[in-house]
Amino acid sequence: MPWPFDALPYPFELEFMQRALVAGVVVGIFAPMIGTFVVQKRMSLIGDGIGHLAFAGVGIGLVLSVSPIWAALTVAVAGALGIEWLRSRRTASGDLALALFFYSGIAAGVVLVSIGGGFDANILSFLFGQALTVNDQEIAIVVGLGAAIVAAMLVLRRGLFAVVTDEDWSRVVGLPVGFLNTVLAVIVATSVVAAMRIVGLLLVAAMMVLPVASGQLLARSFRGTMWWSVGIGVASVVAGLASSRFWGLAPGGAIVLISAVVFVVVALVKRAAAPKLQAEGAGL
Amino acid sequence: MRLTAPEVSERVAAATQIEARGVSFAYGRHAVLEEVDLMVRAGEFVALVGPNGSGKSTLLRVLLGSLEPSSGTVRLFGEPPSRFADRERIGYVPQRPVLDSEVPATVEEIVSAGRLPRRGWWRPLHREDHEQVGHALDSVGLGDLAKRPLNELSGGQQQRAFIARAFAGEPDLLVLDEPIAGVDAESQRRFRDSITHLIEEHGAGVLLVSHELSAVALDLDRVIVLKRRVVFDGSPAELAASGVSLGVHPEDLPLWLEELR
Repeated sequence: MPWPFDALPYPFELEFMQRALVAGVVVGIFAPMIGTFVVQKRMSLIGDGIGHLAFAGVGIGLVLSVSPIWAALTVAVAGALGIEWLRSRRTASGDLALALFFYSGIAAGVVLVSIGGGFDANILSFLFGQALTVNDQEIAIVVGLGAAIVAAMLVLRRGLFAVVTDEDWSRVVGLPVGFLNTVLAVIVATSVVAAMRIVGLLLVAAMMVLPVASGQLLARSFRGTMWWSVGIGVASVVAGLASSRFWGLAPGGAIVLISAVVFVVVALVKRAAAPKLQAEGAGL
Repeated sequence: MRLTAPEVSERVAAATQIEARGVSFAYGRHAVLEEVDLMVRAGEFVALVGPNGSGKSTLLRVLLGSLEPSSGTVRLFGEPPSRFADRERIGYVPQRPVLDSEVPATVEEIVSAGRLPRRGWWRPLHREDHEQVGHALDSVGLGDLAKRPLNELSGGQQQRAFIARAFAGEPDLLVLDEPIAGVDAESQRRFRDSITHLIEEHGAGVLLVSHELSAVALDLDRVIVLKRRVVFDGSPAELAASGVSLGVHPEDLPLWLEELR
């Protein structure tokens, strides 16, 4: 790995750990960034629903002998557009639309994978992630898609903030609500596929939601929530990869568990501090 | 200089910001609006009142283009709502705006969103945008609370933040849906001052849907009473001649509306 990664100390002194670190940090940045808007939109589980669809895409890739990543991306984007279409037409409520795609996706994935040769270590790495075995091509895909996602979010964030906080108002004053919702859905789908080899399709949604859950408790603004969430996401990735090296844990699971532990700690500390702050506020 | 008939009608159309003619609407077989006529011109302060279930919210949605009328025509600045592109000219304060109380968006972040229709939603805000946001916050008395999370404010202060968001867009037409329901006296006074400022300084038209008109009773140009159809459209003085008071006895109007049932 190029400098400065080749100069990193234990537990990141080996090349496979450095690759995992680069790919993981990119995911730690973009997943919570998107998650801030998704959580505010009350669609925290959209990452899960699209993750299951992406699994069907992996199955299609195996059956047709094409790249599972690009097949997953195609199916995930199509599914995201379908979810948004159902939600916007109020044909189904947001969570019902998600459930429809969620179960159809996982069922199709299981059937297709069984046709394509059954479950092996490669398939499990898509489901649960295998950050420690990512190759140069996969790093290039994660970094490339991640850069595109972050750039898109930086351009779209003002409009997205308006839409996710008050969709009716946004529509009346002429903001492109349908366009922004659709673009957000496509970005979520892209991020799910970009992150699937790192944390796995079954855990990718956690990286969109758990850091945001902590960030909301720590920040006093929407912008602050986004940057706190990104910081917690990156820290969880670094700590998760390190702990996987220390104790031989599955890296995807370790990253998500650390995000969950961070949330519990932040929530407990905030709860313990709340009576004291209230007393100070009341001049006691 | 004498204006020709087409010129006169063109100027009237330009000054007319909202116009509904013979508008009817039904949910299935249940008629909600029947033959409603309504007009709001530039610089005019109009209140729309009616008992619960009288069709006010539905009429508002029809006027703003969220619902298509079953019959009749609606015009926003002379154009059908579906074809009206200059929506940044509209300021809108929805009834009980939905905001997840867990999300710590600041007052300033919410009000700054009001500049997006004018500036372009993808563009960064410039200095003049921030100045306009500051003016809007000051006009509703929230200048000192700009950096506070919205969910730490009282209900009245939150409602003032949403009014400031509408002001920040420098609207030519302001539509407010029950903006002062349950709001404290200080917020009502601030609300009245900022509305009259918008009308006098910017010539904006204002359509206010509310039961609580006592705070603005002296400033209203017209009151429209809706009970599925328009049952009164005239000045507050004309309404007073019917024995209904908007200001001296603020409870008079709600009582009278109830009697309309």
